[in-house]
Amino acid sequence: MARSINHNANTGALPDFRNFGILLRILLVVNGVAMLAALLQVRSVVQWPAQFTENAALVEPLLILSLLVLAATEGVLRRLSYPAAIFAVVAIELGLTVVLHAASRTWFFVEMHSLPRWLLIVALTTGMLLVYFDLRGRALSPALSEARLQALQARIRPHFLFNSINAVLSLVRQSPRRAEAALEDLAGLFRALMADNRELTPIAREVELCRQYLDLEQLRLGDRLQVEWHTENMPPDALVPPLSLQPLLENAVYHGIEPSEKPGTVSINIYAARDRLHVVLRNPYRASGNHHSGNKMALANIRERLQLHFDVAAELTTKVGEDTYEVRIVMPYVKARQP
Amino acid sequence: MSGPLRVLIVDDEAPARSRMRDLLADVSAVLPVEIAGEAANGREALRLAQSGEIDVVLLDVRMPGMDGIEVAQHLQKLELPPAVIFATAYDAYAIRAFDLHAVDYLLKPIRAARLQEALSRAVHNIAPAAALRDLQQAPRACLSAAERGKVHLIPVEEVLYLRAELKYVTVRTAAREHLIEESLTRLEEEFGEIFVRVHRNCLVARAAIRGFEREGGESGEGPWRVVLADLEERIPVSRRQQHLVRELAR
Repeated sequence: MARSINHNANTGALPDFRNFGILLRILLVVNGVAMLAALLQVRSVVQWPAQFTENAALVEPLLILSLLVLAATEGVLRRLSYPAAIFAVVAIELGLTVVLHAASRTWFFVEMHSLPRWLLIVALTTGMLLVYFDLRGRALSPALSEARLQALQARIRPHFLFNSINAVLSLVRQSPRRAEAALEDLAGLFRALMADNRELTPIAREVELCRQYLDLEQLRLGDRLQVEWHTENMPPDALVPPLSLQPLLENAVYHGIEPSEKPGTVSINIYAARDRLHVVLRNPYRASGNHHSGNKMALANIRERLQLHFDVAAELTTKVGEDTYEVRIVMPYVKARQP
Repeated sequence: MSGPLRVLIVDDEAPARSRMRDLLADVSAVLPVEIAGEAANGREALRLAQSGEIDVVLLDVRMPGMDGIEVAQHLQKLELPPAVIFATAYDAYAIRAFDLHAVDYLLKPIRAARLQEALSRAVHNIAPAAALRDLQQAPRACLSAAERGKVHLIPVEEVLYLRAELKYVTVRTAAREHLIEESLTRLEEEFGEIFVRVHRNCLVARAAIRGFEREGGESGEGPWRVVLADLEERIPVSRRQQHLVRELAR
């Protein structure tokens, strides 16, 4: 069945309670509510901080406990239908409130407001947050389908396509077998470009794609293009946004290798360290005054897609050295689910 | 024209040159052509163009070191400049400019029929110098001087100063002087980042400036002069440009 481009797969989904960006947002909103509540409770503004501290005595333990429980039950919640998951989250929150309220009476000796009022506040805040995350998910969802389009637009310079076809044509008569292989690479590359690129893909596949791309470039550039892969410590099952590496290589070749008469080396280093996946790419670079805007566009595009997928947990940085250019992507090490 | 058309292939990518050879072989069935040489970069192309009689140069636009547009400009300094046909895979800017100036170009991948068409009218079609100047996007890598029918390339980074004479511009390097037929104003526009105007008739390489001294010794009140690396000669700084002494003497 053909899926329309505007197909919106969003039927409501819980936020990822293990994502740092989501956690940060929850922390901010809940504390904001606590501050507002404190402001309403006090007679004079001078008492505001004191009242907030008092509220915090119950709010903060509840908040931290909630986040821990939600992160721990993330896997279970994810398997429930959206309404059931909502019900479960609200139930967890109310349950925790009852427990903590009782505990605060016996252990903290803090004068708390009546339990029903706390339950109401917790239920409202939880509901508000869930509505917020749902709306945010909906807002980002078109962005994700647009990411596919962007991926396509930012990808593959026409320059590369036509030069590659030209190179393949030169092989057709002399070495038909190499021409075959090159056309297969080209087909593979375009299949990847035209795929639905909304879902994360295993890094091993992205690396495969990059090798196909580099083989094609090597065909044209010969010895001028040297490639160094360091993938010994790469977890092949790590998930990355599709086409997050190939465009960077294209930049490296276009800006680092092609403008130079001398051979240059593009090095790619991929490794996992402490639950983070690092991708480091280096290419020779000569400050030549005229900067191409194409480079920035590709970087902005990848940065945006990293943000769509990983929020603040991923970052892309660039470093201009004496004669090298370095791009580093650090993102959460998300493992592919076993089928 | 007698004999086959003598063609020089210039492209930095080996497969592209090989493809051009195949195409020329196909074309030769209809239009007598002969491959006079192949070059992988601009300098090599110029060397070959001077040593042999070349009718047409098939010139890739995007090449490292010296791009095709610049090569074409240097080729024009030859006594009998060859016709030039540009080849490019994709370059929206260049294509618009080519069309604007009616400069012939081929789009890669090139078709044999299109190549034949371009070759058959190439001999009558020499790109105007003004068109090439317009096409030049980045500053050239070299200046070129015609000397006894030969083209002499002067890498821009070797130039110490450029001084306008009556009809020419003197290009001074540590080794010697050259005369080129260009306007100082246009050179200043093109190489504004590399040279600075110290006098109405003189551009000095910023990187070569070693200091400033006053005419008539340290204590003198005479006008300032520029001291350049590897050069005895001193270049006077005009009264209007005295402020440069403070800005550059650091």
